[in-house]
Amino acid sequence: MGSPLRREDVAYVAKLARLTLSDAELDMFTEQLGQVLAHAEDMGALNLENVVATAHPFGLINVVRDDIVRPSLEREVVLAMAPDARDGRFAVPRIMGEAP
Amino acid sequence: MTLENGWEMVVGLEVHTELKTATKMFCGCANSFGSEPNTNVCPVCLGLPGSLPVLNERAIELAMAIGMALHSRIAPSTFHRKNYFYPDMPKDFQISQYDLPINSGGYLDLPDGSRVSIERAHLEEDTGKSTHLGGSGRIHGADRSLVDYNRSGVPLVEIVSGPDIRSSAQARAYAMELRGILIATGASDGRMEEGSMRIDANVSVRQSADPFGTRCEIKNLNSLRSLQRAIDYEAQRQVELIEAGGTVRQETRHWDEILAVTSTMRIKEEADDYRYFREPDLVDLAPDQAWQDRVRGELPAMPAERRAKLSSRLNEPSDAQVGAVEVVIDLGLDPFVHAAIDHGVDPSLALARAANELAAGLDGITRLSHEAFSVTLSMEQGGELSATQAKTVLGELLARGGDPKAVAAAKGFEQLSSDTLGATVAELIVQYPDEWARYRDGDEKLAQFFIGQVMKLTKGQANGKAVVGELQARR
Repeated sequence: MGSPLRREDVAYVAKLARLTLSDAELDMFTEQLGQVLAHAEDMGALNLENVVATAHPFGLINVVRDDIVRPSLEREVVLAMAPDARDGRFAVPRIMGEAP
Repeated sequence: MTLENGWEMVVGLEVHTELKTATKMFCGCANSFGSEPNTNVCPVCLGLPGSLPVLNERAIELAMAIGMALHSRIAPSTFHRKNYFYPDMPKDFQISQYDLPINSGGYLDLPDGSRVSIERAHLEEDTGKSTHLGGSGRIHGADRSLVDYNRSGVPLVEIVSGPDIRSSAQARAYAMELRGILIATGASDGRMEEGSMRIDANVSVRQSADPFGTRCEIKNLNSLRSLQRAIDYEAQRQVELIEAGGTVRQETRHWDEILAVTSTMRIKEEADDYRYFREPDLVDLAPDQAWQDRVRGELPAMPAERRAKLSSRLNEPSDAQVGAVEVVIDLGLDPFVHAAIDHGVDPSLALARAANELAAGLDGITRLSHEAFSVTLSMEQGGELSATQAKTVLGELLARGGDPKAVAAAKGFEQLSSDTLGATVAELIVQYPDEWARYRDGDEKLAQFFIGQVMKLTKGQANGKAVVGELQARR
């Protein structure tokens, strides 16, 4: 069996996902997620030597479309969905720093 | 620039190029630069719930063409989600390729003979474009950023070089050669000023033969000039820092074109954790041999090959001609030069007219046939047109099109008949007996005097060589 899930792992993942978790929630999710991972590790007991790795449940490859322009949405419709818009653009809280 | 005290710079480049497709990577919205904001958007590229991406076949073929031109191995590949929070990516993840890129390995040979290895060239999607309102609080809403998603989902190929580059000049040469390849394959228009080709540079320094030092990444260099200056600045900064007893910190830095400095943008305390995982909405991409062969079959000659072919037709090219060859290859004008040479035009003349007159009139190049170019230059070479007249004819053909002989006639560039020229020369001999006597006695400078007089009388329609022929015949 692999190493059990640690509380700080859950806290780290929560930080990456921008989730604020209370101490009680951290304990709860560490317990719950640990059970999920433990279940996944049951696979380790199986002999998979002759099983080909599967990346996707479908056997399909190369699903593509032709490079032909299709109508886009009307801008008024698009911007009407946003909480705020200005000059034909979405207005969002001021971005601090650069894109990753 | 050369670093002193035995320091050597180590540079690797990441070049992002937008692909010249009609539509975006995963949806049928138009891929076009300069549209009104948010007019080329749909549920897929806006990341609306329930929308599903479908790969653009043309984008895949252009990515393969780039890989083939870079001698990469094309292999079965997969797509991953690169997760991060930033408003220019409405899905909160970018679809990219991670451990299995479409193109792996390869190399690019530079005109100076050096070779730069290619690690990978993978497919991904571009982000939207954000504009930050002024932060002074002066303007209403200065606390807002504005986002345009027209660019969101535009297909990109990121080409990652090995850390093989050792000078800023070599980095520039690599970027130029790569740009030539991107244009030749039809994958990109190579317009750095419009952001269709963007470069990040990884720079470190070391004492020669030491292991690599800690590197800094300089983001978003959008001109060859910026690339070269930023690399030189950054390498020198690292040398000075180390010599003063400091250590280089791994970080992302920003190049300020106006201040000509790099500055810290983001410190990489830990490896970026983008929580890459397989994009479940896309299946694997595994172009079979037939598809690859078809793309390879349509691949045109690359700049290095075209440069060699053109140079081979010149007799010991001068430095200026080597420069002219660069211009002609870069602008894709070499077919004109070859056509003219095949037509019997002197290679030097064909190269010069292409590198100067055609390069200057590039906007009208579709109006000029190879035939018209060749005929015009033949007329110049045969003495039917003077150099100035030939340039004027080319200018007219580029501006309005037409037939060279008709254009020359319309401009009054009809060659003087030899009878008229003979009569004019005879007239001048009578008018200037002293000058004629000196010319007959061997003073060749007087030929220029007579050419000048003939030009004056014929309003420039005579051909200099023909005048000399006429003078010699009467000597």
